[in-house]
Amino acid sequence: MSLFQVFNISGSAVSAQSQRLNTVASNLANADTVAGPDGSAYKARQVVFQTELMGAAGAAGVRVSTISESNAAGRRVHDPKHPGADAEGYVTYSNVNAVEEMVNMISASRSYQNNVEVMNTAKTLLQKTLQLGQN
Amino acid sequence: MIHRLTDTLNFQSEALVLRAERQRLIASNIANADTPGYVAREMDFATALRQATGQAATNGQMAATAAGHLQPAAGARAQAQLQYATPSQTNLDRNTVDMDRERASFADNSVKYEATLRFINGSVRTMLDAIRGQSQ
Repeated sequence: MSLFQVFNISGSAVSAQSQRLNTVASNLANADTVAGPDGSAYKARQVVFQTELMGAAGAAGVRVSTISESNAAGRRVHDPKHPGADAEGYVTYSNVNAVEEMVNMISASRSYQNNVEVMNTAKTLLQKTLQLGQN
Repeated sequence: MIHRLTDTLNFQSEALVLRAERQRLIASNIANADTPGYVAREMDFATALRQATGQAATNGQMAATAAGHLQPAAGARAQAQLQYATPSQTNLDRNTVDMDRERASFADNSVKYEATLRFINGSVRTMLDAIRGQSQ
């Protein structure tokens, strides 16, 4: 019954999107962290989605293949009084772009909602199928 | 005689199975809306239904040129032919899922699935009425 597979497909998408939402949350939480003693600040993380085939043709779920770290240079601010400042008086912040993260968050939450709605519809259809021939 | 009673049911049940398959297909497209490089698939429902109900030659039909050649069993059907959706807008990550179109197809397909369910319910009720007669 192909309708049952809808739950697997949309379920995989929902969990992938929630993982994406998780990385957005940790990126935003670390948006203002400064470089530690080793000189490297927090690097923005990004999930990479990949199609996951589920047996039959036309049944394709999603999974997170890797979580990549951004290699962009961190924000550098001249603040000699800051305890994290280097010899030239610059403080290196993380390379998180807050605007990008907000856009990512909105996109992830919309996709999450879409997939939940797909599951709800499939559930309603299955319930109606179960009542077939009754009454 | 009995197959005349169930012919409508057979047709509707094939349609129901295909509707469920299409629903799964659209769910896959929606699930992969953010996957880079994913190509949206779509099903030609009319052709698939014609093949499933034996009104058109299936793709896997074999020519029997000698007495010993086998034919696929009646009612057996190949997997519905999937086609690639044409993207209406280009995308930087080569993903061709058009969310508006998929949502519309999804709503359309669920309504038609329900319609098929009602057709089946209707013919079952008709048959039951005919069996019971006017005795009640």
